[in-house]
Amino acid sequence: MVQARNITKSFQTQVVLRGVDLSVEKGDVVAILGPSGSGKTTLLRCLNFLETADGGTLEFDGEIFQMGHVSKKDIARLRKKTAFVFQSYNLFSNKTALQNVTEGLIIGRKMDKIRAVEIGRRALDKVGLSDRYDYYPHQLSGGQQQRVGIARALATDPEIIYFDEPTSALDPELIGEVLTVMRQLAEEGMTMLVVTHEMSFARNVSNKVVFMEDGKILTQCGSKEFFENPGEERIRTFLKTLRGEA
Amino acid sequence: MSERLLGIIIDSFTKILIPGIKVTIPLTVLSFSFAMVIAVAVAMIQFANVKVLKQISRFYIWVVRGTPLLVQLYVIFYGLPNLGIIIDPFPCAVLVFSINEGAYCAETMRAALESVPKGQIEAGYCVGMSYLQIMRRIVLPQAFRIAFPPLSNSLISMVKDTSLAANITVVEMFMATQRIVARTYEPLALYIEVGLIYLLFCTVLTGLQHMGERKLSVTAERRKDPWYRHVISQSRFRRR
Repeated sequence: MVQARNITKSFQTQVVLRGVDLSVEKGDVVAILGPSGSGKTTLLRCLNFLETADGGTLEFDGEIFQMGHVSKKDIARLRKKTAFVFQSYNLFSNKTALQNVTEGLIIGRKMDKIRAVEIGRRALDKVGLSDRYDYYPHQLSGGQQQRVGIARALATDPEIIYFDEPTSALDPELIGEVLTVMRQLAEEGMTMLVVTHEMSFARNVSNKVVFMEDGKILTQCGSKEFFENPGEERIRTFLKTLRGEA
Repeated sequence: MSERLLGIIIDSFTKILIPGIKVTIPLTVLSFSFAMVIAVAVAMIQFANVKVLKQISRFYIWVVRGTPLLVQLYVIFYGLPNLGIIIDPFPCAVLVFSINEGAYCAETMRAALESVPKGQIEAGYCVGMSYLQIMRRIVLPQAFRIAFPPLSNSLISMVKDTSLAANITVVEMFMATQRIVARTYEPLALYIEVGLIYLLFCTVLTGLQHMGERKLSVTAERRKDPWYRHVISQSRFRRR
């Protein structure tokens, strides 16, 4: 469904992505792992044109986009099929939980208000926030805010959801509630591309793992294979460090 | 206090207040309204990084903030007639005050716009909103709330700055007072009196500011809603 080829990106003199190839099939849950600074987040942001990549192509549903020069119209069209969940939630602070979810539907997609509210309520119910419709972001805990963020992504009925370290800003005891929601989505067959540091998620929920280092993809394989039989020495040390053995 | 002085003070009260209501207030309201339009436009041009227009905006702010208001009034009212441009005193005052205040408020608005987290703009894009939709629905409402106290500040100082219009023959409160002083030779009492009337105007504005701030707070409307209060009180028990 998503085929990225040879994506490159630099910020001023610093090269962040050195030719990344990535493929995601429908129903895949792909975890992108790797040390900080390896370009995981930049890759995700480039795929949704929040950053403009310098080069490469993106094939989405059979349509090919040239990364360097895409028209605003194409970006808007592509974004209608995707959704993004941010590390820092990025909820609209002047809107309630429900309004956060419906805003894009009513304003962005010109959906009928009654229908949008219905969809919004259903999305919030799904992430377990049926008693928080009218709360403002600052009245919600981090975990609840991130679940609103996921509901906002779900409501637009995307073909793929990009998650950019969805649990990294959360207190340890709040991570679970977000991961539970994500696991549920995965079980329902949602296509997801997840930048994460949660090894349990990568191991138990995702079916593919992409390991990035220094702007390149070091390995791309099934998650079982990745954890049970990591080929590269570099990955073995990475996993060891995470387990606290190094 | 002599009976004569008391008589002058009482007698002049309405004579000062009426130009206040008829001139000072409309001058302030009109100028500030135009200033706000200028401020929002100039701030948004800079925020959105529009080429050329941004340079013009910076230049405008640089010139206006770097020169005295009184000089600006004199250039437009006494200077421009040299070029054949003659503007009546009141419209001239409105013009100069709008342009002057617009520059200051533009900076306030720009700072407020920039204080809204950029991530919310990205989130807006990701749910399919356009730049203008995001500005109107997400960024500007939050920016206005942040800018409200400093803008109120500007409005209050503008009420007093309008006294400078006396220099270009606008008969506002201060000019009216000067005329009474010239007739009665009671500068101390009368200038204190006009000062107190300015104070009265500003006190009203300060009150309005507090009301506005309360109204603008995010949750104000929800807090009034009894059903919402009920939910909040319930949630205390539910929250882990």
